[in-house]
Amino acid sequence: MVLGWRVAASIAWSVLLLPLCTAVFISISSIDLFHPIQWISNSFNDWYTSYVIFCILLMSVVILIISIFNVEFYAVVPSIPCSRLALLGKIIHPRQVIHSVVHAIMGMLVAWCAAVMTKGKFQFLALPCTASESLDGAVQHMCLNEYHLFLLLSGAFMGYNYSLLYLVNNMNYLPFPIIQQYKYLRFRRSLPLLVKRSCVESLYLVRNVCVAHYFFGYIPRAWISTTMDLHTDSKLHPLDTLTGLLDLSLLYHTWLCGVFLLITWHVTWLLFKIYATEAHHFPVQPTFAEETDQCLPKILNSNPPLIIKFLALQDLMLLSQYSPIRRQEVFSLSQPGGHPHNWTAISKECLNLLSDLTQKLIMQQEAAATNGRVKQPSTGELGRSLSSSEAAVKEEMAFQTQRSNVISRAHMPSLVKSSLLPLKALSTSDLGSSFGSPFSSPALNRKAGILDLNSPWHGSVQSPHVMRRGPKLWTSSSDLQMNGSPQASFSMISVARVGNEATQPSFIYTWLQNKQEQVRSFLSKRVLIMYFFSKHPEASIQAVFSDAQMHIWALEGLSRLVAASFTEDRFGVVQTTLPVILNTLLTLQEVVDKHFKLPHASSKPPRISGSLMDTSYKTLRFALRASLKTAIYRITTTFGEHLNAVQVSAEHKKRLQQFLEFKE
Amino acid sequence: MCSLALFPPPPAPGDVTLYECHNALVSGHIYEKLPLAFQDQLADLPVLTIPKETLKAHSRLEHSTKPAFIHHQETLWKRCLNAWRDVGMCGVLNEVANAEEADLQWMKTGSSWALALCHWVSSLHGSLFPHLSLCSEDMIAEFSQAVDWAGCSIRAFAWHPHTSKFAVALLDDSIRVYNTNSATVPILKHRLQRNVASMAWKPLCASILAVACQSCVLVWHLDPTSLSTRPSSGCAQVLAYPGHSPVTSLAWAPSGEMLLSASPVDTAMLVWDVSTENCVPLQWFGGGGVTYLAWSPDGSKVLAATPSAVFRVWEAQMWTCERWPTIKGRCQTGCWSPDGSRLLFTVLGESVIYSLSFSEYSGEMQGQVGGSKTASIVADLSETTFETLYGEARIGGEVHSMVWDPSGERLAALIRGNPETPESRTIVAVFRTRNSPVFELLPCGFLQGEPGAQPQLIAFHPCFKKGALLTVCWSTGRISHIPFFFVSAQVPCFSPSPSPVVALSSSSASVREQPLFSEL
Repeated sequence: MVLGWRVAASIAWSVLLLPLCTAVFISISSIDLFHPIQWISNSFNDWYTSYVIFCILLMSVVILIISIFNVEFYAVVPSIPCSRLALLGKIIHPRQVIHSVVHAIMGMLVAWCAAVMTKGKFQFLALPCTASESLDGAVQHMCLNEYHLFLLLSGAFMGYNYSLLYLVNNMNYLPFPIIQQYKYLRFRRSLPLLVKRSCVESLYLVRNVCVAHYFFGYIPRAWISTTMDLHTDSKLHPLDTLTGLLDLSLLYHTWLCGVFLLITWHVTWLLFKIYATEAHHFPVQPTFAEETDQCLPKILNSNPPLIIKFLALQDLMLLSQYSPIRRQEVFSLSQPGGHPHNWTAISKECLNLLSDLTQKLIMQQEAAATNGRVKQPSTGELGRSLSSSEAAVKEEMAFQTQRSNVISRAHMPSLVKSSLLPLKALSTSDLGSSFGSPFSSPALNRKAGILDLNSPWHGSVQSPHVMRRGPKLWTSSSDLQMNGSPQASFSMISVARVGNEATQPSFIYTWLQNKQEQVRSFLSKRVLIMYFFSKHPEASIQAVFSDAQMHIWALEGLSRLVAASFTEDRFGVVQTTLPVILNTLLTLQEVVDKHFKLPHASSKPPRISGSLMDTSYKTLRFALRASLKTAIYRITTTFGEHLNAVQVSAEHKKRLQQFLEFKE
Repeated sequence: MCSLALFPPPPAPGDVTLYECHNALVSGHIYEKLPLAFQDQLADLPVLTIPKETLKAHSRLEHSTKPAFIHHQETLWKRCLNAWRDVGMCGVLNEVANAEEADLQWMKTGSSWALALCHWVSSLHGSLFPHLSLCSEDMIAEFSQAVDWAGCSIRAFAWHPHTSKFAVALLDDSIRVYNTNSATVPILKHRLQRNVASMAWKPLCASILAVACQSCVLVWHLDPTSLSTRPSSGCAQVLAYPGHSPVTSLAWAPSGEMLLSASPVDTAMLVWDVSTENCVPLQWFGGGGVTYLAWSPDGSKVLAATPSAVFRVWEAQMWTCERWPTIKGRCQTGCWSPDGSRLLFTVLGESVIYSLSFSEYSGEMQGQVGGSKTASIVADLSETTFETLYGEARIGGEVHSMVWDPSGERLAALIRGNPETPESRTIVAVFRTRNSPVFELLPCGFLQGEPGAQPQLIAFHPCFKKGALLTVCWSTGRISHIPFFFVSAQVPCFSPSPSPVVALSSSSASVREQPLFSEL
């Protein structure tokens, strides 16, 4: 219900801002620097025309529909596509298709309004022909106004583009601000950036529209003129020619229309974001019986829509930080019975969240570990056997270099390419430069792989990509040989040997494994499939931590409450749960530490350019790590030496001691 | 009102202030030992001297590689493009105006006209905010908390908030981190670490140091257990924001989540979420920039001084601010009482300390700073002549920097002497303070260093158990620690969470409005 009011308020504000935008648009579109007074008075007069008022009403409807889509599509946990195929799947998902189509229609409507308000040559779709036959007077032919059509089409294009970017940039994600600010101030702060981004984006869109129109412009023109029985004006340049498109006033008005469209829609989106992420005040203890469902412990423990849960956790964080009175309520005992229900409910939910995260991270780490373990022995063996028969390798090189021309560098999957880079330095010294670029020779890559696996620094590779991507690269390049070279049976033998040396499983099992491997590598060889299926390592990590904002708030709220309990908790309700809290935090700390030591996890957040889109979800894991450490330090500095009396396992005690000495 | 006349005379020349015991400052010879009872308190604090001569100056003063290459005339187009990239529009105009090509006469005149207009506009802007015409090094020297930032070997100093560890920024743009428990002294160097104006350790963290540099904020992640003396520059996070340089002041939230950075050029101060490198600019036009930041120890308020005669107090929950115009000059420095209810500040051009009290903070009054109506003068530090056995001593003047110890019992003010009279000198005056039930400011004494040494920077140790410990950096490059032994009336605030002193503060509300004096 809270959310409903917020949505209504945000829509109301964006509709209220619409006339303002429209007025500015009208003034700028009819700009005339040589007659400033006439220009101003004209635009004043234009604001009250029935056209404009009708357009504003129509655009209010558009804004309403856009808002409905915002509300329908928003998410507090971003969905991060791990591979390109997933992204493609998202784009052709029916939901998204509807979104795109509706946005394209809305874009066309806005463009129509813009065209009507611009007046001049853009106003109508059909105009009386200026060609010679109209002079006959008998029949006034109507001609197609291609300028108008161009604006409409560009509007549709921009709408579709907006919808596509909305998906790709995760604009439906609601990022919660790092500091609390009043809504007006937040809006004012983001407005300049919004206007600037819209202007720049519109420039790119105009370029793309022009290119598209140059190639495909004749299709809609022919279609419209046949269905509506309009003629083409032979005197005017058709717009799918260079001379027709190089009309400065046309480009300017298209750009302005794009800016207008993007600003109004972005403002709607921004207002929705600001209203939805505003902190909400949940009561800790119900004053009336019917409010029980709305109080904080109840909401945390039930399963409300995710945004409500986020708001509740945010409120928990705020109350633990700023409000002594509400903290008192948390620490209080229930009136008959004397149970600390509030504290139990809140702490239980926070601990649940944190241990869930711990579980998730452990699972992910195990998956990552087994991934390496399954692959490495086989490839290691393969490498060793290959290195023993190096002569064969060299023999084959000539063949391979020929093949390599087929798989040119550009077609290689980007991931494989990046993993090759560190190898390059290693292999060139050994093999000399007789083969040119190491990229072009899979055999050389293989050589590098051998070196990689056998060299003494096998275990301690500096570059994480080498280790992780090594096996994958290996399988793909070895299969190249399998398919095309006389060495096809070679790996069969080696794999069989692996089997014999190990626990000696049945031959069929080995054969099946081998086949499976073959199919996989056959598929992975196909560049296109690799392109779509290859998982982006960064994206998959981001996906694991996509809902980390919840955990960050839980950590902050819990640690602040525990720290405040040192002086404010009169009944000692927190003391009973302190060992559990410490255990959970320290376990999570261990797991998170381990996660950041995984080879593929970069230890630094990526650079964020100043863009309108919030990309904070990409760096949530760093925020989680920092706030986890701060949370533990907050508890240890508050309690100091008293923590020695808390019962925790010996290992955790050691860890705590380190925190007490500020050595973590 | 407390005045310098009430102070005991400064120690005899040649003597050095050693410690405070039984409410009196003890001075003596520099090699004198502390009394036995206190010796173990200070045994492991490093006292060091970093003379200017030992620091290697820059081998290369200019930061571009231009002088290394032979001059070569490029076409005008190329030069304009380069100038656009390096300097911007003004550079292009300058390039065109000074072009030697003869056939572009009209363009040359046009661009020189445009350039003149630019200069005129910028001079107009500069006359509104004169500090904008300074070059960035002069600007840092002007607004730094160090007395002689440009000339002294020590440029910034910061104690770690929880452990006995401090960082010293030196003239050669390196930072050394001293730790009482380990002999290794990490030296931090980074390509972007130039002209360090300020440093701050992250609270509730083992070893994260934020450094305000000329072009950015660097955040060093040091491993406290590491034995390396030269952490690689990969350990440093670079936080840069267009238009936000030079950075002259930094402040961490006492809860450790956010970092504030300020630049005298940028009207916005930035709130950084350091772990994700996100920042939120808090824009407030007027004043022309932000020079000095001080976050109250309870985390509820932030003082932001500007280069013009106005300062602001931000409330740190909803980030609204109260504006305080001063009469004479800009706010030079300020410090907060431990409970965040009182702000002491000084103004350039006046030799007094002002006090500003705030209503008790509670989370229920969102978005209100809650300052009182007027600031009251609590100390008069105008020039006073002391008749001592060894001759006259003239002491007094503007306060350059001011620190309040974490227990709220001692206040140290670095008083800069009058530059016109040669015999007046820069000196540190120490006050005894009490914040509740009524605010009191009592004289304690002057601190004196070795002969010829002027105090440069002062800082209190954040968790000294036996009272307070003031660290003074002298102009000779010496860093000395002066302990004040006393029994604190209230438990030193070890945790950053606001300590409940509710009962005490309410009683002082009635007397808060009028200026409060202790003895006169």
